[in-house]
Amino acid sequence: MKAMTYRGPYKLRVEDKPEPKIEHPNDAIVRVELAAICGSDLHLYHGMMPDTRIGHTFGHEFIGTVMQVGGSVERLRVGDRVMVPFNIYCGSCYFCARGLFSNCHNVNPNATAIGGIYGYSHSTGGYDGGQAEMVRVPFADVGPSVIPDDIADEDALLLTDAFSTGYFGAQLADIAEGDTAVVFGAGPVGLAAARSCWLMGAGRVIVVDHLDYRLQKAREFAYAETVAFTQVGDIVRELKRMTGGLGADAAIDAVGAEADGHVIQHVTSAKLKMQGGSPVALNWAIDSVRKGGTVSVMGAYGPMFSAVRFGDAMNKGLTLRMNQAPVKRQWPRLFEHIRAGYLRPSDLITHRIPLDHIAEGYHLFSTKLDDIIKPVIVPAS
Amino acid sequence: MPYTSNKPGSPASPDDLRARIPGWGADADPAQRPAVPREQPGIETGAHWDLPEDQPGRGGREKSVEHERLTPVFGTAQPLRGVAGKVRRYAYDTYSEGQTAHWLLLVLGDRVDSTTAHVKSLFSRRPDDPITQSGILGERGHRPFASRFGRGRADLKHAWLDPILVLGPWVVTALVAFRLVRGLSRGVLLRKEQR
Repeated sequence: MKAMTYRGPYKLRVEDKPEPKIEHPNDAIVRVELAAICGSDLHLYHGMMPDTRIGHTFGHEFIGTVMQVGGSVERLRVGDRVMVPFNIYCGSCYFCARGLFSNCHNVNPNATAIGGIYGYSHSTGGYDGGQAEMVRVPFADVGPSVIPDDIADEDALLLTDAFSTGYFGAQLADIAEGDTAVVFGAGPVGLAAARSCWLMGAGRVIVVDHLDYRLQKAREFAYAETVAFTQVGDIVRELKRMTGGLGADAAIDAVGAEADGHVIQHVTSAKLKMQGGSPVALNWAIDSVRKGGTVSVMGAYGPMFSAVRFGDAMNKGLTLRMNQAPVKRQWPRLFEHIRAGYLRPSDLITHRIPLDHIAEGYHLFSTKLDDIIKPVIVPAS
Repeated sequence: MPYTSNKPGSPASPDDLRARIPGWGADADPAQRPAVPREQPGIETGAHWDLPEDQPGRGGREKSVEHERLTPVFGTAQPLRGVAGKVRRYAYDTYSEGQTAHWLLLVLGDRVDSTTAHVKSLFSRRPDDPITQSGILGERGHRPFASRFGRGRADLKHAWLDPILVLGPWVVTALVAFRLVRGLSRGVLLRKEQR
């Protein structure tokens, strides 16, 4: 089968790989119909996530058709069209039993700090991902869901991670009616978080980024006020000015490891891989939220230390909330919002790219060319 | 602005927001937010086992020293191999995830892996191709030259640093080596003169 394979930082190609096979009785094999490139895939592409091995296939956002099931699979049948959450989880361990699907203890031998994720290095379990024609899906009775007939394929695809994660970010921000929320990052997750803040009754939503076309999207898709941090000199001071000197009630970091805005942080993290990520956006969130406010972290960071301004967080009495999103828990409510016409996650999609051209897709996404927001990979095209 | 007990400024009224924004306030009640509270004991997951049965093929699979046993299910994507595999195995067998050495060794393993894979590819029927694999051909039709000036390309902002970061370690190594050799040779000459 054809699959995207990693060849080292900033290098990948499409190769013929052996088709995945049933490795465990509760596995399924899924033929991928649509996959997406996630902003956090770029951390892998840039060589920032430890133990990303040559030959690895990325891709944790995908939908497809079940081709084969293992002997203990009860809920899925061959031919079912499924959406697959990016988390791989057993459904029965201490964490899964409490709904913390992202923190499953039974699927990732390589680390205890993080659960299993498709196509996200061996630090998250060593599972190949969905940017391929076929993919192995462990725990088929637990993770995948049959795509409802009235949910469009591309909406279902965006719910496998990006939109659900943004929605979860807004939940973690603990927004009360009338609150001011500031979202750092106008990528797909940031845009989804900004849009979701309104669902939770926000009174004001501000999105911070540095690329004009992404801020334009934030105004159109997320009805947000926008600030280009490159235009205001000191973004924290500007956000304080906009909020009467107090700061926002909630701040959401939807940027993560490769934040721009501070050259030393960028060099030590993105370039030299000496930090778990440049914590610029996180520090801005800590500093621009009001005392007693909440900081929600959706941005992906690596496992090494990061120079986070923790003293400010302590002295301000902040609540810091974060996790990889347990996306399947959001699906029933998000289906309702889609059916009610409140949301159309697929509005975030800007590019549809054949699998054969995936290297070009990564390059466009990494460089932010062609006003790219969310690229989708079409294996069969 | 004086600091009073009131929140400064007033956001738009709920009616205004409801008219302007689809679904405004639909989840204003925290009970409508499906992952709040974050921990929900007894949640239905679809699991029909207390402990999943063990995946076969467990021999030799690396694991974090923080796990007491190999997890029941694991990925089989790219098993450990070669020099990079030895570095990674050492990291997994020796250090917990709380130790920086664990992660730095894994990053080192990654660099060894990509270098050896590149060299090996030169002796294969499909050597690495830096042009197609970089994806730069995707710039065709997207103003490949004009985009490099004043358009905020994410890859150019710190590009001036790349030569320093790539060449810097080589220059420092060469300088150290030169000084070492010069120091040693001077020491040898000095001893000869003293005789």
